[in-house]
Amino acid sequence: MIGEFWSINAPALLIAIPMLGAFATPLLGKMGKTPRNLWILLITALTFATSALLAAEVYTTGPVIYTFGAVDPAVALVSDSGGIPVRIIFNVDAMSAFMALMASVVGLVAGIYSLPSGKMKSGRDGYFSLLLLLLVGILGMVCTGDLFNFFVFLEISSLAGAALVAYRIDKGVAVEAGLKYAFLSSLAGLIFLYAVALLYGQYDSLNIAVIAERMQFGFLDKVALALFLTGLAMKAGAVPMHFWMPDTYSMAPSAITAFLVVSSQASLYGVFRIAFTLYGLRLNYVTVGWFIIILGVLSMLVGVSMAILQENVKRLMAYHSISQTGYMLLGVGVGLAVLGDPAMMESFGLTAMEGGLFHLVNNAMYKGLLFLTAGAIFFRAGTHNLNKLGGLGHSMKLTMLFFIIGALAIAGIPPFNGFSSKLMIYESVFAFNPLLAIIAMVVSILTLASFVKVFHAIFMGPKRGEYAGVNEVPVPMLAAMGILALLTVLMGIFPQQFVDLMIRPAAGALVNQGSYIASVMGGL
Amino acid sequence: MNMSSLVRTGAGILMPFLLVFGFYIVLHGHLTPGGGFQGGAVIATAFVLLMVAYSYEIIWERISLEFLKNTETLGLMLFILTALIALVAGLAFFGNWLLGAGGLFGTPVSYGINPGDLNTGGVIPILNIAVGLDVLGAMSVIILTMLFAVRRDA
Amino acid sequence: MFANLPFITAGILIIIGIVTIVTQHNLIKMVMGLAVVEAGVNLMLVATGYREGGAAPIFTNAPSTEMVMPTAQAMALTNIVIGIATTALLLSFILIIFRKYGSADVRDMRRLKG
Repeated sequence: MIGEFWSINAPALLIAIPMLGAFATPLLGKMGKTPRNLWILLITALTFATSALLAAEVYTTGPVIYTFGAVDPAVALVSDSGGIPVRIIFNVDAMSAFMALMASVVGLVAGIYSLPSGKMKSGRDGYFSLLLLLLVGILGMVCTGDLFNFFVFLEISSLAGAALVAYRIDKGVAVEAGLKYAFLSSLAGLIFLYAVALLYGQYDSLNIAVIAERMQFGFLDKVALALFLTGLAMKAGAVPMHFWMPDTYSMAPSAITAFLVVSSQASLYGVFRIAFTLYGLRLNYVTVGWFIIILGVLSMLVGVSMAILQENVKRLMAYHSISQTGYMLLGVGVGLAVLGDPAMMESFGLTAMEGGLFHLVNNAMYKGLLFLTAGAIFFRAGTHNLNKLGGLGHSMKLTMLFFIIGALAIAGIPPFNGFSSKLMIYESVFAFNPLLAIIAMVVSILTLASFVKVFHAIFMGPKRGEYAGVNEVPVPMLAAMGILALLTVLMGIFPQQFVDLMIRPAAGALVNQGSYIASVMGGL
Repeated sequence: MNMSSLVRTGAGILMPFLLVFGFYIVLHGHLTPGGGFQGGAVIATAFVLLMVAYSYEIIWERISLEFLKNTETLGLMLFILTALIALVAGLAFFGNWLLGAGGLFGTPVSYGINPGDLNTGGVIPILNIAVGLDVLGAMSVIILTMLFAVRRDA
Repeated sequence: MFANLPFITAGILIIIGIVTIVTQHNLIKMVMGLAVVEAGVNLMLVATGYREGGAAPIFTNAPSTEMVMPTAQAMALTNIVIGIATTALLLSFILIIFRKYGSADVRDMRRLKG
């Protein structure tokens, strides 16, 4: 009974549970610290369970439609609606379910990691409310089948994210970073909304499936596409618009940074959804594909070369985030560039997309892990400056272990997950254009060099006097890092199984525009 | 801040009208232009008028920040619970489970052009009230805290 | 030409807003620029829903003529609400920055550069 209820309403509960959690957190905060912490754990775990259930359903039976406010949520087209969906719908296909699962895992980890409060004693209720709202925003973005709804969730995640970035309000710089983030993301949101208005004016609908079916690709659609890509690439931190990323990522509390990585990837999901599902084959896919590839290559190069110069651990990692985003753009861009050619798609295009998407989830895992270890170091040593840190390997052994796992994964060393996804990208991109694959490999080597330096600076060397009192971080933080480290290792040891299980259906769902339209409009 | 007694008396006279107008907009949200957000904003404006007319410390003493925050939480909880009850009633999330049920807000809408009946709309008036409570709390909190931050400098 | 006037105005408003954001150094003025962009987008949304001679989409005592599209207006309204939240957040940030640095000028905020 409960199980059936749960599975029918899973897409709505995915949003409703964290929303209820966010709204009720101030009430539970009045009751004390322990009830509130238990509440956060309960809500994030329930969200994770719901997304796992939803993913299981989507992967076994195909896309799930949820119509809000309807009598029967599974029916998008009511008999008197004239053949178009009139309500807001959630259209959860394999790609959405995959992103939602990833986001809820990171949400759970960020929730657990934030439980020990450290120095900040005030405003914790607000912190957790915003954390859950950020989760709502990301989950809504990846699940929705409605363009305007996407914009609303984009803004929810931007506002919650900006407020969280500025959480360490006693530092002026944190507020500055929050201001930058809020400014950039609301401008990106407005650009996105303008494009939505252009499409709405032409096709009289906000539903992605309806617009995709009616798409003509005239002049205004091209303008709209350019605006969509600009707005979302701004939020995803691809290179010409990357300047907010190091500031924001380095100033936010570490759990939030790990979560903001997922938030950027949700914007990346938006790019893919717009390019593949909304425009699809009507798009000038070679040009747009190459545009995305060039963005990706630029992001890789600029990100890694700036990262090498950094002295602040979190700024360094933030620049690496930019460069890792480049890999995803490269992989999926190659897939888009050969979208119309079945033979090339079969031989390497799909593999490139799978590599890109696999890299996306891997990045969320190991990048999250690295940011959490940076947070753990800050929690005990009180600084992010590489020149001041040193010798922490003696007292923080577990953190060091987690850092090693994360660093090897990001550098693409077997048997960690970064290796498998990068290998998929290298192989397929080499078949497409050898030069791009070589650039990707060089970037990977530079990444390794940079992390060897960081590792040496933080953990190696003799025990320093000023860190004599430093010991291991509290258990919840270790548990949070442990979950991510475990996933990083598991996905590295069984990459083939994981790709077959999760990634291939997701890439297939992205490429197959017809089935997305049919899942809403009928006629399967 | 020391406003003249003319301004203070004027604010005192306008205050009840502003409140009534704000609640009117909230409650008639499903019939006429307006709704929870707009009505809540009007009510919050009434508070701002008081803050401008009287010294803000007096307002700070009378209306506690805690009370406004509680109003906000109450509105949000009412909103999400109304949406969740639809699931229990067997409809989709945000489904209108009061529609045509009779009683308060449950009267079926009569067909054709009509002056409008306040008892229609199902859950929409409830959601409007929830949003109204939320917005009046949130807006007042924003304005009060901003004023507080500005005044502490001076 | 005349029918396209709202769209052109929306475009001009957005350009004015973006130019303001790029050229001004005062943070408050930059927020104003953002608000102008938002106004342009709202105008665009409402203009897409307009039809010649349409009545306001209110069913209470409605005249028996055709109505303009309410969806676009609902979208504009949602955007206004979001805009208020954004503006409040940005202004609070600026307030804190002003208290910390004693200035609301972007050129005084170089601590994050690099």
